[in-house]
Amino acid sequence: MSDAILELKNLKKHYSSHKAVDDISFTINEGNIFGLLGPNGAGKTTLLRMITGIIYPDEGAVLFNGKPFNALEHVSQIGYMPEERGLYKKMKIADQIIYLARLKGLSRQDAISKIKYWFDKFEMHSWANKKVEDLSKGMSQKLQFVTTVMHEPKLIILDEPFSGLDPVNANLIKDEIFNLARKGSTIIFSTHRMEQVEEICNQIVLVNLGKKILDGTVQDVKQEFKEHVFNIKFNSAVFPESLASPIFTVKKAGRQEVVLQVPDGVTNNEVLQYFIQQNLSIASFNEVLPSLNDIFITLVEGTKAVSRSFEKQYQ
Amino acid sequence: MNKIFLVVQREFLTRVKKKTFLLTTIGLPILIFGLYALIIYFSVESGSVVTVAVADKAQLFNGEIKSDDDKINFQFVNDYNEASLKEKLRKKEFSAYLLVPDSTKVMRAADLKVVSNESIGVISQERIEKRIHSALEKRRLLSLNLTQGQLDSIQAKNRIQFPTLEGDSEKENVAGFSYLIGIVSGFIIYIVLFVYGTMVMRGVMEEKVSRIAEVIISSVKPFQLMMGKILGIGAVGLLQFIIWIVLISMLPLLLSVFSPEMAQQMAESKMSGADISQQTGAMAEALASFKQLPLLLIAGSFLFYFVGGYLLYSSLFAAVGSAVNEDPQDAQSLLFPIMMPIVFGMAIMMKAANDPNSSLAIFGSMFPLTSPIVMMARLPYNPPLWQVFLSYGLLIAGFLLTTWLAAKIYRTGILMYGKKPSWKELSKWAFKRS
Repeated sequence: MSDAILELKNLKKHYSSHKAVDDISFTINEGNIFGLLGPNGAGKTTLLRMITGIIYPDEGAVLFNGKPFNALEHVSQIGYMPEERGLYKKMKIADQIIYLARLKGLSRQDAISKIKYWFDKFEMHSWANKKVEDLSKGMSQKLQFVTTVMHEPKLIILDEPFSGLDPVNANLIKDEIFNLARKGSTIIFSTHRMEQVEEICNQIVLVNLGKKILDGTVQDVKQEFKEHVFNIKFNSAVFPESLASPIFTVKKAGRQEVVLQVPDGVTNNEVLQYFIQQNLSIASFNEVLPSLNDIFITLVEGTKAVSRSFEKQYQ
Repeated sequence: MNKIFLVVQREFLTRVKKKTFLLTTIGLPILIFGLYALIIYFSVESGSVVTVAVADKAQLFNGEIKSDDDKINFQFVNDYNEASLKEKLRKKEFSAYLLVPDSTKVMRAADLKVVSNESIGVISQERIEKRIHSALEKRRLLSLNLTQGQLDSIQAKNRIQFPTLEGDSEKENVAGFSYLIGIVSGFIIYIVLFVYGTMVMRGVMEEKVSRIAEVIISSVKPFQLMMGKILGIGAVGLLQFIIWIVLISMLPLLLSVFSPEMAQQMAESKMSGADISQQTGAMAEALASFKQLPLLLIAGSFLFYFVGGYLLYSSLFAAVGSAVNEDPQDAQSLLFPIMMPIVFGMAIMMKAANDPNSSLAIFGSMFPLTSPIVMMARLPYNPPLWQVFLSYGLLIAGFLLTTWLAAKIYRTGILMYGKKPSWKELSKWAFKRS
């Protein structure tokens, strides 16, 4: 694909005791907000460290804008906020931001003008001469975010960006993420908090035990894992006993609503058709799609079970 | 390269701008000098003049005990008796009295009592004792019918010299001085390795504990971060030393401006010895031997071993800093094998200063982990030049090797959180291919 900003090809990384990343490939298109999901210890951080050039893969390749990743050339186009993050505690905030920006290749003047922009945005002007150790955790998180995106990187990698943030500040950062994506930055967003992913990401990859187990857009994934369950609400009371049809079974029934399980192959229209013929007044009709959370749990538990039986077999 | 410079700049500036830097760099020499001045002040001013009244009934001293004008003063009051002496002592006309009874004989030992109101200080006691002994000795020798001239020739001292076979007639032995120069410069290098090495380690630990390491190495290579820190702190160390040297050479000058009296006293205290002419002679001798030392070689080597030794050890300290976590106790156990060669170096250095050509000294001055300390002690004794240059070369090779290994430990360690790595793991990090 021509507009792929990042391509991972068969990445492998072995540590002495285990395979942290085992043959993972995927592609991220420019301007996407990409969710890298997985339980703790799945290999997300190792994957991100290989993307940022902090560690090298044992096998495979990382292509940045179609070219093999080169730390010297591409580092200035990447902004990485690791999960284990921090700042120099004793350094003044303005000095710190300038230092980190200059390490990314910005000139001093550029850095100073950028600071102005972000300080205005997050109302941080009074902080400039404070030291990091004087800030609250939420404040230093915001500061960390600013240092990550200061140099307007093309690719922004955020590992658990909302941990330790209150809802107000989390929203502030979330809005900023959307903003940056609109301006053309690509964002990789690593987390195990599914509700945030559903809200923010349009493409996801799920990894577990070093392997990729899911890849696609949020919509596609939900479609793939849907269980053909429909929720129908009526304007008047219904008697579920009176509803009988070969095209569905009633899972649950309330006074004015039913939840139906429909076998594979039956279309939405056929279901709707049936109720229209029954001459019932329908208030709403929708297919219940699984939450990413459910999909996540199902898949992760599935792979765990597999790996456990595998381990037992070869012990 | 540009990024290393940025790191160096930050490491240097954050340390130099700290108040503690100012305090240790300027405060320390002032403190040391102040103490020195205080000691001299007290030794010069030590108490008032002690006046000892001597009632020499036996004519033991023949009225001759050397007085020391500003410290001990002997007054002969032969016609006083014990009662009048006691009374005058109570009235504080003198600080003590010595009554020599009639029966005392010159050639026979006898107890002499110096009676005082308040007990006399140890130093003054010693001085009084010395004066009385030498006066008595002179009297005894003269009583054997020696002339004053014979007495002088008995007491004349011989000068004993230790020239080497190779040395030409002018080249005198400078052993005492070489010993001092060697020990002092070796000791300074020893301190440098410890102080700035641990500073590097603490810097690395700070980066790891505050979790900024990963943020930084997404912008610069781990090696650049490590080298930047080492060079930055090295620059701090050099600056600190330069300031110290300037301050120490300027302080006597400053002192004479602010307190001329004390400066004068300090100058006098250097001269007021038992025998001034003897002391100036010794000083001239010291100066002459100083000129015979290979000064350029010593100064140049000091700089080389300062920088080389620092670079060699600081990368090891950095590796230790990267491997440990918050717990300073972890650092202690990992530091042990780094501290050992430094301490060994110090021990070998002490031996080398006494016996510069022993095989232990030669080995110690070649082996890169101890050479910065040991070679400094050998240099004043003019070791063969090939040994000096071999030692330089080995130090450079050693520095390259330790930096290469340390950088590999560092780049793995800086990203590892959790438990302290074992030695096995550390060596695995060091020797795995990148």
